[in-house]
Amino acid sequence: MSSVGVATQEKEGAPPESPDPSGARDHSRSLGDRFFRGLTQFFAALVLLSVFGMLVTLLTGSWPALKVFGLKFLASKEWNPVTGQFGALAPLYGTVVTSAIALLVGVPVSFGIALVITELAPRWLKRPIGVAIELLAAIPSIIYGMWGLFVFAPVFAAHLQPWLTEQLGTWPIVGRLFEGPPMGIGMLTAGLILAIMIIPFMAAVMRDVFETVPATLRESAYALGCTTWEVVWRVILPYTRVGVIGGIMLGLGRALGETMAVTFVIGNAHDVNLSLFMAGNTISSTLANEFTEAVTPLYTSSLLALGLVLFVLTLIVLIAARLMLMKMRAREGERT
Amino acid sequence: MANRIGLTLSILATLFGLFWLVWLLWTLFGNGLQWIGTRLFLESTPPPGANGGLANAIMGSVILTIVGVGMGAPAGILAGTYLAEFGRTSRLGWIVRFVNDILLSAPSIIIGVFVYGLIVLRVGHFSGWAGAVALALIVLPVVVRTTENMMRLVPDSLREAAAALGAPSWKVTIVIVYRSALPGIMTGILLGMARISGETAPLLFTALNNQFWSTDMSRPFPNLPAVIFQFAMSPYEDWQHLAWAGALLITVTILVINIAARMLLGRTRS
Amino acid sequence: MESPEPSPTSHETTSKETSAPARSEVSLHPAASIPAKKTAPAGSPKLEIRGLNFFYGKYKALHDIDLDIHDRQITAFIGPSGCGKSTLLRALNRIYELYPGQRATGKIMLGGRNLLDRTDDVNLLRAKVGMVFQKPTPFPMSVQDNISFGVHLYERLSRPDMEARVQWALEKAALWNEVKDKLRQDGTALSGGQQQRLCIARAVAVKPDILLLDEPASALDPISTQKIEQLITELKRDYTIAIVTHNMQQAARVSDYTAFMYLGHLVEFGDTKTLFTRPAQQQTEEYITGRFG
Repeated sequence: MSSVGVATQEKEGAPPESPDPSGARDHSRSLGDRFFRGLTQFFAALVLLSVFGMLVTLLTGSWPALKVFGLKFLASKEWNPVTGQFGALAPLYGTVVTSAIALLVGVPVSFGIALVITELAPRWLKRPIGVAIELLAAIPSIIYGMWGLFVFAPVFAAHLQPWLTEQLGTWPIVGRLFEGPPMGIGMLTAGLILAIMIIPFMAAVMRDVFETVPATLRESAYALGCTTWEVVWRVILPYTRVGVIGGIMLGLGRALGETMAVTFVIGNAHDVNLSLFMAGNTISSTLANEFTEAVTPLYTSSLLALGLVLFVLTLIVLIAARLMLMKMRAREGERT
Repeated sequence: MANRIGLTLSILATLFGLFWLVWLLWTLFGNGLQWIGTRLFLESTPPPGANGGLANAIMGSVILTIVGVGMGAPAGILAGTYLAEFGRTSRLGWIVRFVNDILLSAPSIIIGVFVYGLIVLRVGHFSGWAGAVALALIVLPVVVRTTENMMRLVPDSLREAAAALGAPSWKVTIVIVYRSALPGIMTGILLGMARISGETAPLLFTALNNQFWSTDMSRPFPNLPAVIFQFAMSPYEDWQHLAWAGALLITVTILVINIAARMLLGRTRS
Repeated sequence: MESPEPSPTSHETTSKETSAPARSEVSLHPAASIPAKKTAPAGSPKLEIRGLNFFYGKYKALHDIDLDIHDRQITAFIGPSGCGKSTLLRALNRIYELYPGQRATGKIMLGGRNLLDRTDDVNLLRAKVGMVFQKPTPFPMSVQDNISFGVHLYERLSRPDMEARVQWALEKAALWNEVKDKLRQDGTALSGGQQQRLCIARAVAVKPDILLLDEPASALDPISTQKIEQLITELKRDYTIAIVTHNMQQAARVSDYTAFMYLGHLVEFGDTKTLFTRPAQQQTEEYITGRFG
């Protein structure tokens, strides 16, 4: 963004420099400068310390449980505070399944929204739609949870679930996913609510990324007679592929960690069921429900171990997302 | 043909998204508006079956938000300043930017767990301060990012002009750059505030909750999201009504802050 | 208050670059060669540049520059794009130090001290050597605050004194009449030409010894340009001025001395009238007559 600074150097045929107004090697830097720079460095380091601190807290806190259970922790379905047997399988399963549902529903919808905003909507409509989608993102998790429990779940139980059981319940493999009583709450509901929550983020990233496609590229595709769909599918999407994947992974990262909305509608059962209609648990809903009730150190430590699993999972997804988005930006810089 | 199908599906997808927003806001207002009254703001949370309001929870949330922003925003501005003025190409700058993005998207319940381990366990009990620290950690990365972006928008020619008069670089930053970037920085703070207004998870094991009117931040502290969580999941109708009212309050607050932030950002662009 | 300049400013060429143009030896006897139209007698050198080299990283942008900037005279730097004239100007107030990787070696003597000496306070230097940039850069504050910002840095003035200084600076920049009722108005609300004059007033308000002007009128319309040129000619009475311009006619109109640069070398330096009418170097003549540039 240092346009003028760069321009001045380039005028003289020199490689562009980014400024360092503190005068990195100037010995006559005043005390005020050094203090100010040190102050900003301190708080920048604080950001690093916070994340590092989180990792350390989770590691040290979960160590007792991990020592007792070892890697079996990840494979065990047991969750018995009385006997002191804990396993991460049920919450982990729930986290993965609800996030998968969220992506399955959310990605196509986000893609459609981004397409509409960038290619279809008339100019006056672009901003209002964008604003509406951003409002969806601003609504906090707990509101989605309440709404999900009191409004969506009953409707889901009364109309959608029977319909699904009817239509898909008899299919050979897929049918097993839709068995069970229509309670309204459960993994599917949680997954759907998550989908609604992550759609705004993914749609925003996709829209931004679609807009980086150079106008000349789009125009020449249209000029060749391509339909809108073809332009999007064959020109825009391949060009922005990496960025789109990055956006999807950001959505995934969000879905993995979402707490309140899921806690309201997932049913809070430490169980692994194939049917999506059944109640379950996610790591974050387990933490939300049980953290303050954990009476024994092993209980707390097991919960922290769950937290560690979630943190590591999110970390991997977020780092991958960031790297992809960076690659996208770098490629964009190359081509221009 | 594929074109027709594809475009129709996309439009349907957009309507799908908008539909949920409308339905959600509709039911929120429908269920919550009727319970908004003076009693809501004057009386504290009642035991089940009794009448009451949300006064203590509202007050608690306001205080927690202010303290949280009060801690997170200045730290975020200074860290963002580092990234914009000193760390544009340095390795430390790159790392901080990367880690900041991670913090930005980290599950807020993990932040709650972290602060629990950091403060609550050491001190021995839940407290408003712990809750405020958790909220500050959520505000921090938002402010860092917007501050850096806004400060980088300030042209270097302005910095050069101030330096050419003999101003030391800290003065250039504080008097010239901050002033130019101020609307944008304020927008970032507002967005951070909107973000923490509805956050429940980080407060669950830091500030916990308090059913009485309390301004003592060193003890469990009343806050609206925790009250909504408790009341909504309960079987008591009175409590559920209060939960809806509280949910409406939070949503309206967040929408108002977002609109304010948007208007402020509009002023920077013009 | 001038002392006659006894020794010529001569440059010995020690360049090893075979492609570099040969340097001229220009001897300057002010008393003899300053045309009569200049009413002010020429001053002794205010800035003596000796062996100045400049590097952007590994790239050498200025090669062994030797020249004098004379007291209360206008020295213009001309040459094609990329010749190093802006680089040279920016060395004179060490503004390049904002950017890591840029450095200057050699001597620039001001008042007996080498201003490139790293142990000296660069901020004090910049208060003595002011600069106006190509793009007008009003600060986001009132006209009044724009001017008092620089003054505040190094002087403690009472309110009436500060107001007087602001007025004085704006008068010097020929802007006072246009803004005297609008002192509280934001500086960015002024027109382009006014903004640039504001920047000049800002630079003048701190009473520098030297004023560096980096293409001050190139972003402005012709009428504003004319006003600025007039302004510069008047400012010469009190300030030593060095101006970079890509507009040769402007240099010819306004300056007392002109330096022609090419590819980081000083090709010719002399009094303006002579350089433009009887240039000593072939390259200078070719540039002036528009054969390249």
